[in-house]
Amino acid sequence: MAWLPTLVKACYFLAALLFILGLKRMSSPRTARGGIAWAGAGMLLATLATFALPGLQHRGPMLAALALGTAVAWWSGRRVAMTAMPQMVALYNGLGGGAAAAIGAVELAGFAGATVTLLDGSAFTASGVEAPGTVPLALAVLGALIGAVSFAGSLVAFAKLQGWLDRRLVFPGQRAANLLVLLAALALGAVLIGGQLALPSITAFFALALAFGLLMTLPIGGADMPVVISLYNACTGLAVALEGFVLQNEAMIIAGTVVGAAGSLLTQLMAKAMNRSLANVLFGGFAAAAGGGRAIAGSQKPIEAADAAAMMAYAERVAIVPGYGMAVAQAQHKVWELARLLRERGVKVRFAIHPVAGRMPGHMNVLLAEAGVPYDLIADMDDINPEFPVTDVALVIGANDVVNPLAKTDPASPIYGMPILDVAAAKQVIVIKRGRGTGFAGIENALFYADNARLLYGDGQAAAAELVAALKSLDG
Amino acid sequence: MIDGFLALYIFMLAAFTGYEIIARVPVILHTPLMSGSNFVHGIVLVGAMVALGRAQTPFGIAVGFLGVLLGAGNAAGGYVVTARMLQMFKASRPAGGGGEGR
Repeated sequence: MAWLPTLVKACYFLAALLFILGLKRMSSPRTARGGIAWAGAGMLLATLATFALPGLQHRGPMLAALALGTAVAWWSGRRVAMTAMPQMVALYNGLGGGAAAAIGAVELAGFAGATVTLLDGSAFTASGVEAPGTVPLALAVLGALIGAVSFAGSLVAFAKLQGWLDRRLVFPGQRAANLLVLLAALALGAVLIGGQLALPSITAFFALALAFGLLMTLPIGGADMPVVISLYNACTGLAVALEGFVLQNEAMIIAGTVVGAAGSLLTQLMAKAMNRSLANVLFGGFAAAAGGGRAIAGSQKPIEAADAAAMMAYAERVAIVPGYGMAVAQAQHKVWELARLLRERGVKVRFAIHPVAGRMPGHMNVLLAEAGVPYDLIADMDDINPEFPVTDVALVIGANDVVNPLAKTDPASPIYGMPILDVAAAKQVIVIKRGRGTGFAGIENALFYADNARLLYGDGQAAAAELVAALKSLDG
Repeated sequence: MIDGFLALYIFMLAAFTGYEIIARVPVILHTPLMSGSNFVHGIVLVGAMVALGRAQTPFGIAVGFLGVLLGAGNAAGGYVVTARMLQMFKASRPAGGGGEGR
């Protein structure tokens, strides 16, 4: 049976290859759907191969945990709504971080206690006859720390986006307290690496790491959560890679590292699109009251649905600017019906998508795709911005901060410098808005007071339905 | 046995691979791709299985069990939500007008 470990290693190699090819395919719209199947095949292969590893005990509990975890996650993943995808990603990511931390805990406790046999057959014994090297210990500790922080932080992110935790927890001296917890965790980690492996110190180490993850994420506002989720995704990848080194598991090392690097880049792209530095997201937070909201000259001018519909019906070019508010109102189907009616009348309709529309970059595209909008009607910010001056009507539905001209004109605004959709440059702007309040980030929007802007008050779904009805009645 | 510099090389090359995969991705795929990469680190499941399989103490078995449970949740959940999202990226129909989606 000496060939069995080799076969398992070969399967891991194939799995790593399938992961990379799968991710590669996922990075193009045409091949994306196949990509996840490739990666899925890799996961299945690696999991099955692991069962063939000689010398593994506790196969009963292993199968039970595998079945239970898979069933619950599969069930929850199937029934969640598309709008809730970001928090589900956060949740599943947190589970991965927790698993990495658990591996670290088992390995550390194993080093502390009974004999441990590695894949290559070498054995560690409790009495320290063949103590683990400093490097594997350090990697195990580091991976466990990152995994535990990612676990606790991701669960907070999930709870926040799910609406279970809608207030930011801020208290004086918070930064110092967080730093203290982190330092304590690192100090205990150093003790563990030094070879003082006792169950109480291992437990305390994990408690501190989890506490740090909680404390670090609690003060971060909901608007910044996508960046945080992406960061924790990268962290989990890194934790998996580190624990992979400890376990000498190549598939974990490669998959974890690839995800760590890809996730880091994605985090940067997101932070850039929101005009926030990562440090700012993690340690800053929007100034609580956003400067108290300076007064904006002008007034909000309302419009009736019938007038708005006529304005669009006789336009040549209409740009629809959807935001997360549209998705919350489940208005995307109605909006697409509206766009179809306009297109039947010969109006050129495009959807203008800000990089951070929705809750994550690309989330809005998923939501529009769900409603059946073909993606050649969807334009990125860089494509559509030069077109706004020749656009007759821009219809803003559920978007706020990403169309706020203050980002370009008011250096005092917290969103100053954020790239925005130049909606105000269109000849006419119609804003569908629930009421007169401010947006997600609590910042006044100068667009609503612009001379060429009209506000159609109402719930996104109802307002879109009114527009559709009004458009139909135009033809009698 | 992977050790020392060989491990560093693997780490470096894999990191570049991840970076390159994301670098040229259109924004419309960022969310599915983040979800997809979230699925891929579900490989942690394999490590958790090994950790559980080699655990010797009740503590190790309990934590290892938890690890497999969480890892399986990461992998299965990550797969389902990614697949569901990507299913919506159908090639645009001819009615779309542009025809670039083919």
